[in-house]
Amino acid sequence: MAHHANPTGLKRWLLTTNHKEIGSMYLLFSLAMFFVGGFMAMVIRAELMYPGLQLVQPDFFNQMTTTHGLIMVFGAVMPAFVGLANWMIPLMIGAPDMALPRLNNWSFWILPFAFGILIFSIIKSFLGLGAAPNFGWTFYAPLSTTYGPPSTDFFILAVHMMGISSIMGAVNVVVTIFNMRAPGMTLMKMPLFVWTWLVTAFLLIAVMPVLAGAVTMMLFDRHFGTSFFDAAGGGDPVLFQHIFWFFGHPEVYIMILPAFGIVSTIIPTFARKPLFGYASMVYATASIAVLSFLVWAHHMFTVGLPLQGNLFFMYMTMLISVPTGVKVFNWVATMWRGSMTFEVPMLFSLAFVVLFTIGGLSGLMLAITPADQQYHDTYFVVAHFHYVLVTGAIFSIYAAAYYWLPKWTGNMFHTGWAKFHFWSSLITVNLLFFPMHFVGLGSMPRRIPDYPLQFADMNFWISIGGFAFGVSQIIFIIVLIKCIRGGEKATAEVWENPEGLEWTVPSPAPLHTFEVPPTVK
Amino acid sequence: MDTVHRRLSAFSQKSTALIGLTLSSIAIGLSLSGAALAQQYDLTPGVTEISQQVYDLHRTMLYWCIGIAVVVFSVMFYSIFKHRKSKGAKPAHFHESTLVEVIWTIIPFLILVFMAIPATKTLIEMTDTSESALTIKATGLQWKWQYEYLQYEDDANLKLDFFSNMKTPEDQYKTPVRGTGLFPTPWGSDPATDQAVTSPPEKNEHYLREVDNPVYVPTGQKVRILTTSADVIHSWFLPDAGIKKDAIPGFTNETWFEIPEGKEGIYRGQCTELCGAYHGFMPIEVRAVTQDEFKQWLADAQEKQAAAELAAADESNVDFSMEELMALGEEVYNAKCSACHQPKGQGMPPAFPALAGSDIAILAEKRIEHILIVNRGKNAMPAFTKQLSAKERAAVITYERNAWGNDTGDIVQPKEIVENP
Repeated sequence: MAHHANPTGLKRWLLTTNHKEIGSMYLLFSLAMFFVGGFMAMVIRAELMYPGLQLVQPDFFNQMTTTHGLIMVFGAVMPAFVGLANWMIPLMIGAPDMALPRLNNWSFWILPFAFGILIFSIIKSFLGLGAAPNFGWTFYAPLSTTYGPPSTDFFILAVHMMGISSIMGAVNVVVTIFNMRAPGMTLMKMPLFVWTWLVTAFLLIAVMPVLAGAVTMMLFDRHFGTSFFDAAGGGDPVLFQHIFWFFGHPEVYIMILPAFGIVSTIIPTFARKPLFGYASMVYATASIAVLSFLVWAHHMFTVGLPLQGNLFFMYMTMLISVPTGVKVFNWVATMWRGSMTFEVPMLFSLAFVVLFTIGGLSGLMLAITPADQQYHDTYFVVAHFHYVLVTGAIFSIYAAAYYWLPKWTGNMFHTGWAKFHFWSSLITVNLLFFPMHFVGLGSMPRRIPDYPLQFADMNFWISIGGFAFGVSQIIFIIVLIKCIRGGEKATAEVWENPEGLEWTVPSPAPLHTFEVPPTVK
Repeated sequence: MDTVHRRLSAFSQKSTALIGLTLSSIAIGLSLSGAALAQQYDLTPGVTEISQQVYDLHRTMLYWCIGIAVVVFSVMFYSIFKHRKSKGAKPAHFHESTLVEVIWTIIPFLILVFMAIPATKTLIEMTDTSESALTIKATGLQWKWQYEYLQYEDDANLKLDFFSNMKTPEDQYKTPVRGTGLFPTPWGSDPATDQAVTSPPEKNEHYLREVDNPVYVPTGQKVRILTTSADVIHSWFLPDAGIKKDAIPGFTNETWFEIPEGKEGIYRGQCTELCGAYHGFMPIEVRAVTQDEFKQWLADAQEKQAAAELAAADESNVDFSMEELMALGEEVYNAKCSACHQPKGQGMPPAFPALAGSDIAILAEKRIEHILIVNRGKNAMPAFTKQLSAKERAAVITYERNAWGNDTGDIVQPKEIVENP
């Protein structure tokens, strides 16, 4: 490969087509959004610490819950997984780069602008210049159409841009995996992280256009006189929910399948034993993806679906827990009779298995339609999806970051600080989210800025847990900066006999790797 | 490489002990929820047969889930303690077993079938709204409920219809917040007077879950609730009856409950679908009384409503003094308008326009438009024809045209309101 002079400074990052540099940008962007979204969560918890309105207006509170959700889902979790895919998929399959490097650059650079628009609407609201989106991250019509603030149009534009970015990223992943595997790496020899991302990419390509359709219909209802979601013009507000959740439920799996891949990679390394049931893991991933299109209305058990509809979606939702259960059993079987050590990536992975399972089990409870009449839209749901997304998706991202950080930077991270980050996060995250089950069962609705007095004690402790969890994440920044600046030099293998092609290249991984494809036996 | 590992494995013993500690504290938390906290922090068994069935389903599911978690985590932690490198464990090499995979696919599937049967049974019962004795239509509005009594036993022409607003006084929850943005200032001042508040008033026992006009229902009879909405989606939630039904604009949903005889009392809930700024301030209060008491209440309420309508019709021909209209207007404004247009008429633009200094409330040529908006509603604002009498509407418009420096000197009389419906 001919070497040419690489641009330096800002141009290097604006123009780069290198998967490693783009991967790093995705990851740092996601980290920044994690803190922005986290700050909003702090405002929410500060308001909810005591009963009564103390800090913000109810409408501003709604803007915080809305933008917290949007930024965490689309700005923190999804770009983090895309960043990991960018860095690791070419290294794992022995490819020199992603298949479509310029598209890759564009997918990333759309994101700062999309979130710039969204964050602008929030800053505008800070300054008292009109409300930011305030209808919840699920933006149900007609609250978001007829009753939405003017900034809803910013939101629509931002969602379109995020969607374009995700679709292009997903296309890139699919093309890369299908065309650029090293000789000998058949599909059923691919690392599980690659497999789960392949399935995720198909989910993204299938559902992001549906989301784009939903926001376009909103835009038309708002400005061009259509009535897709307005009963007065022959439309149906519930149609919005069907469309949204047809996107939204696969979206949930988009945020958890790559996490399954990460944990399936890390546990075998530190158990020193191959992953139990590789083939069944692949099949389970594929069945979850298919079933994820058939469960959307379990978010809508109270909208008045016919009995047959409620029954169908209850059964399908219960069914989707089977392949998910298989995965958990396989991870436990991988640990069984292994030779385990407990490095930081392993600690996060073990915490993932336990806490994700708790989130999965509360999901099973939510699937029971009659009981969901009580749970629906209470804090029980909030507890459920935060167990799945924070101790699930976010913990897996931390596990991945600690696992591959030495490969990325060439330095070992400071184990003491990293363990402090882990334990501090583990304890506070449970103080934050576990009591939410209780207030939810006690009937406290979600998305309220003030609550009846019987929920006061628990909310105080939830807020304390929230602040402590927020502060704990700053420890990660310390670990990260220390690791980038120096530390014990990492070997190419980093860990003890880890499996995968990424460990055959030096640490830090040079800018260009696998210019000659390796052969996989 | 090796030094790293030695360092790491020194941590491992401590680490796993701590994982165990954390998990056992979660387990203790769970069992506590079964005992001391059960009253307050578990699902309510409620008072109806359905809510009891839902509670039983919930408990069954909870026990199954705890059981599954205990089995899976026990195996996992046994493995973590026994099969660790620091104890000299040598890794096995197995990585596949079709038999085991089939077993742990089929067993969960069977458990699920076992769970689905009672759930299906309860769901079918919950859906059956036939043969109800009383039908009430609950309409959600930002941010109150309107109840129309449609039919009771053989009487399908009840003519009873009222609004149900939250009763908790504003100063109990709103006191310290003023203005918009993240840090409204001055900290802790009363929005109405701008005076610093040193000690906010004590909160009522049923803070945020008490209303001015509760829904009365008879015990021992099936009550059918129809839900719909006049603006955005709301949700009618009564935990003690085990029901929650979305109120969707343009569509009508139905649900039902039957509070058994002997369970007379007050049952509370609130709106559970995000419906805008005051979503958290839209309570539901149901008073279950004996059938005799209910019939008495129904007759009284009908009589009172008819009398009020008559009086309002009379009043609409009378001219009132400025003082009287201003006094009543301020009262009505604070009760119905100030949540959106704010106590001093400053509004929360752009969603809720200001009234102080605004053309609509000042210019003479906008006087009729002002009346029409109050009568008919506009955008997010509901029509007030049904909620307020002509006199009340006249008073509030007079107030808006003269308060907060608007000083137009206009007096709007009920006659004008009726003439511009």
